[in-house]
Amino acid sequence: MSMTNVERLREFARPDRVFDFMAPADSPVDVRHGPILYLEDVSVSFDGFKAIDDLNLTIDDGELRCIIGPNGAGKTTMMDIITGKTRPDRGQAWFGSRHNLLQMDEPQIANLGIGRKFQKPTVFEALSVSANLELAMVGDRRVWKTLLARLDHEGRERIDEIMETIGLSAERDRLAGVLSHGQKQWLEIGMLLMQRPRLLLVDEPVAGMTEPEMHRTAELMTRLAGQQSVVVVEHDMGFVRSIARTVTVLDQGSVLAEGSMDEVANDPRVIEVYLGGDEASDVREET
Amino acid sequence: MSLATMFKRNSLLDERSTWITSIVLIVGMLAVVVLHALPPEHAWHLNGSVVTLLGKYLTYMLLALAVDLIWGYLGILSLGHGAFFALGGYAMGLYLTAQQAPLAPWQTVMAHFPVAALAMVLAPGLLALVFGWLAFRSRVTGVYFSIITQALTFALMLAFNRNEMDMGGSTGLTRFDELLGFSLASESMSVALFVASGVAVLLAFWGCKAVTRSRLGRVCMATRDAEARVRFIGYRVEHVKLAVFVLSAMIAGIAGALYVPQVGIINPSTFAPLFSIEVVVWVALGGRATLYGALLGALVVNYLKTLLTGVMPDAWLFLLGGLFVVVTMFLPQGVAGVLARLRRRREVAA
Repeated sequence: MSMTNVERLREFARPDRVFDFMAPADSPVDVRHGPILYLEDVSVSFDGFKAIDDLNLTIDDGELRCIIGPNGAGKTTMMDIITGKTRPDRGQAWFGSRHNLLQMDEPQIANLGIGRKFQKPTVFEALSVSANLELAMVGDRRVWKTLLARLDHEGRERIDEIMETIGLSAERDRLAGVLSHGQKQWLEIGMLLMQRPRLLLVDEPVAGMTEPEMHRTAELMTRLAGQQSVVVVEHDMGFVRSIARTVTVLDQGSVLAEGSMDEVANDPRVIEVYLGGDEASDVREET
Repeated sequence: MSLATMFKRNSLLDERSTWITSIVLIVGMLAVVVLHALPPEHAWHLNGSVVTLLGKYLTYMLLALAVDLIWGYLGILSLGHGAFFALGGYAMGLYLTAQQAPLAPWQTVMAHFPVAALAMVLAPGLLALVFGWLAFRSRVTGVYFSIITQALTFALMLAFNRNEMDMGGSTGLTRFDELLGFSLASESMSVALFVASGVAVLLAFWGCKAVTRSRLGRVCMATRDAEARVRFIGYRVEHVKLAVFVLSAMIAGIAGALYVPQVGIINPSTFAPLFSIEVVVWVALGGRATLYGALLGALVVNYLKTLLTGVMPDAWLFLLGGLFVVVTMFLPQGVAGVLARLRRRREVAA
């Protein structure tokens, strides 16, 4: 008999053992002196428009943080800065206390242990599900090593394990392009897990998901926090409420409010920003 | 039929296409050699000039393979691959002229075959390395990359037209006598060059197949479809592109080197932007990202060209343009795509 999703998740998150993909990679990231991610006075503007304006943000090691904010608040730009896609005009961005993110490019940052999930599910559509996971697996990324790379037993087991976690075991040989929208979201999360990141940046993970899929995602996010730091950007208030411990509200490129979901939702400034927006009713509903 | 089994079938098809292509190439080559060996009065005898023409097709097929490797699998549309082909050709041309009368003192060094052979691969390889490093590092992609490759090959055409280059100016290099001590005029030389070209095509086909089936090949396809994602999982996309681009340029260089002794001349017209575009049409017509499609496309289009330029020289360019339009509109996967679809339909019916 097959396990239900909940059972599978419980099995995957047994407290008495640490799955190897969750264990920190041999990362030199230094978090002894505090946070894993530290943004200070970061500003960036595009053609005079200030997308990020004096943003300060600190994420602790193992924390699960939700970031909400109206459209154009700078959520995606912030992720672009952290992952090296966009260079800020001013400010500092540190990973642990040792790595200056502003001096590194995307592959360096990725290999250091920051994984990113895009808003629109981005998987390699011409490759099978298992090949997608294989490419994301930690390993030597140099050209020659990649050319000669063979999938060993350990790697195959890890792929099986992750496929089990994201519920795509039955689809292993299907092309990623024919998966449903929700399955693509999960596959992308699975690819992140293959990377064994220390910090996961997740942009709208439940967009386009069905209710049960959303619940599974919420459970997965909650379990991941603790072993990894997770930053979730999300519009869906129900989802945020179900996973959030600390919520940061962004508006016009800087932090408007920070605190527990209740604190934030009752903050008059937050209510004002959301008034008139689609999310306004959501916030009040939840309050 | 579930999609899972379809995928498995597809990878089997892929393996089968490799076998079929290899067998067709080998049998075809042997057939040409045997038919050539028949006595001249025999109805099926192939004379030396036909063998040389087929040898020339083989070098075009090799060039098409190089273009498919980067266009089909990496999504980089190079409209300047003729430049690498021509550089390999010029290296061979310098070797052949240096046998009797080098055009400049420094060219005497090219009289040594190992030096020349190295130049046939390294000259295009180095150009691709420098050019690709600059382009990929600055993340020049898509149509912009295509345009600068056109500019590259055009600039080289102008440069090689200058007499000060000591490359024969607009006439190019010609009047070749001997290759490795054997007369180029002999019939056995035609056969030897034909066989060498065929072996080169076969080896390059297997090599490209090995690359595209490796994890690196999958990284290439991933880059083609979602470049940013590949960066964010930690691959250095510009290195991958550079490595494959250089490999592709080297294959094109070898093709050019084999082409020159068979046609007996290399001149700046090989650098012409139009030639590079023609190569892309071969690959598009045959079908991208299959490798065998590129081989097929190069052979078919060039055979048509030989036929038509004999009968109606003016019509050729119209036909070529028409073919490109028809393929782009109705056969985006080229002939290879049609073959795969037919085979799949037959399997579903069976």
